[in-house]
Amino acid sequence: MSLALRRHTVLPGFGIALGFTLLYLCLIVLIPLSATFLKTFSLTWDAFWTAVTAPRVLASYRLTFGASFLAAGINAVFGLLVAWVLVRYRFPGKRIIDAFVDLPFALPTAVAGIALAAVYSTNGWIGSLFVPYGIKIAFTPLGVLVALTFIGLPFVVRTVQPVLEDLEPELEEAAATLGASRLQTFTKIVFPTLLPALLTGFALAFARAIGEYGSVIFIAGNLPMVSEITPLLIITKLEQYDYAGATALAVVMLLISFTLLLIINLLQWWARRRRAAP
Amino acid sequence: MFRLAHTLIFAVVLLAGTAVATAAEVTLLNVSYDPTRELYQELNAGFARQWEAKSKDKVTIKQSHGGSGRQARSVIDGLDADVVTLALAYDIDEIATRGKLLPPNWQKRLPNNSSPYTSTIVFLVRKGNPKGIRDWDDLVKPGVSVVTPNPKTSGGARWNYLAAWAFAAKKFSGDEEKVKAFVGKLYKNVPVLDTGARGSLTTFTERGIGDVFISWENEAFLATKELGPDKFEIVLPSLSILAEPPVTVVDRVADKRGTRKVAQAYLEYLYTPEAQEIIGKHFYRPIDATVAARFGKQFPKLNLVTVDDTFGGWQKAQKTHFVDGAVFDQIFTR
Repeated sequence: MSLALRRHTVLPGFGIALGFTLLYLCLIVLIPLSATFLKTFSLTWDAFWTAVTAPRVLASYRLTFGASFLAAGINAVFGLLVAWVLVRYRFPGKRIIDAFVDLPFALPTAVAGIALAAVYSTNGWIGSLFVPYGIKIAFTPLGVLVALTFIGLPFVVRTVQPVLEDLEPELEEAAATLGASRLQTFTKIVFPTLLPALLTGFALAFARAIGEYGSVIFIAGNLPMVSEITPLLIITKLEQYDYAGATALAVVMLLISFTLLLIINLLQWWARRRRAAP
Repeated sequence: MFRLAHTLIFAVVLLAGTAVATAAEVTLLNVSYDPTRELYQELNAGFARQWEAKSKDKVTIKQSHGGSGRQARSVIDGLDADVVTLALAYDIDEIATRGKLLPPNWQKRLPNNSSPYTSTIVFLVRKGNPKGIRDWDDLVKPGVSVVTPNPKTSGGARWNYLAAWAFAAKKFSGDEEKVKAFVGKLYKNVPVLDTGARGSLTTFTERGIGDVFISWENEAFLATKELGPDKFEIVLPSLSILAEPPVTVVDRVADKRGTRKVAQAYLEYLYTPEAQEIIGKHFYRPIDATVAARFGKQFPKLNLVTVDDTFGGWQKAQKTHFVDGAVFDQIFTR
């Protein structure tokens, strides 16, 4: 086995590097996660099932996964646009705008949540603009969407940007000389090249949104059955010393997230293969 | 030159060592709930002064604040608290039963159920009381928006909920279904359910949401004082609940750290007239009769029920109302 592996690589230090990688993954990721699973086993199957399928919990899954999916979708569209503008055009203040993209990464999530709640509440700058139309943003599920879109933006921009930078303008010029329209150039040349990166960005933004707690909690309103996210229910259970119940919800979230990420990875693999095929 | 510096440093260290030997330096950690930050800052300074005068030892008290339930959980999980001063007895009960860090009869060890002060639940409304809110009845009216935190995550919110329940129980002379419907209607009027009392206060005062905020009395005073009496006013309901935030030494931690004596003295200090004066100044109700009399104007007499009499104690109240699937959950999922 080790011989076979060794034959394939010309780089030295494969054994030690792989060993370190596995150890690191175990310490940082696998051991804490397996502790979560083990704690859940202290529940009987029935207790587990009632805990994870209570009506309030089901409503929170819908909100968490629904809003996260939507937010990641919005970011995929507008993040692509931002990346496009930052790569393809030159304009004054470009560097500053480029730096702004990273702000949601750097800002403590609680600060982001409080700021968003202040701006989008009915007496805030943006929130007050929507009042005449009867639209409330902060303290509704819409507020959750706003917060999740905010924190997810950099993921899409930062994954698409380098691929876009590597995309040679000559390709588009060639397409144009061969008689392709602008739309055709985009859909047939540019978009397929960007698709794998875009899917990665989408997946990252989505995964981040599912786990988000700090910023959402300040803007959500947290009403049971309406605007409660699953991470809040986990905290609620912890506050009641129900460790097993909290980990039960965590396990369900882990499994759903893992499945979704797996599907997205498969899509990505398919997109890459399809591009390589012709 | 270098040598000389070393010798000097050595001498200084030695001197410092002897100084420590004559006057010991003790630190205590007081793990408390959210709104007591300013109160304990002043109390700690007072106690340190008194303790140093009496025993020549310097005592520094570190504070930790947060939601009452979360604080109790940190102590159970190993935060080395010499004393805990939490929002309700249930959370200290949990430290006793789950953490086994102190004896189950802890509440009998200090006077007045181990509560050096009491407080209650009042209403904070906007200036001029535009919705004419006078009592709990007015909170269930359609079109009245009520701000209160989530009782499942906030200790203060549990007092709010129980006060509303006690009012309804009296009004409908204990008809369970009607009481449930009343409290249900009240919570239908809640547009935002924050996780803690401070969060709700911000929602009400800064975001301008809600017509009435069900609040700790001390927080209501703080809001009218700090944020301007021209913006908010306090309304006293016809009936409320006697909140007794208890304090205790965490035996296992204090014994391990050898701080039991000073920790005990610290809690006893809270009952002295000097400390009671500070307590009153921070809008908590002193239990010392003479001090309380001096603050009489600030704290009007209210018709108060207790958790023990009306709800059969915290353990029972928690089980009937707040655990998963209990009354509070039923109100929302119905």
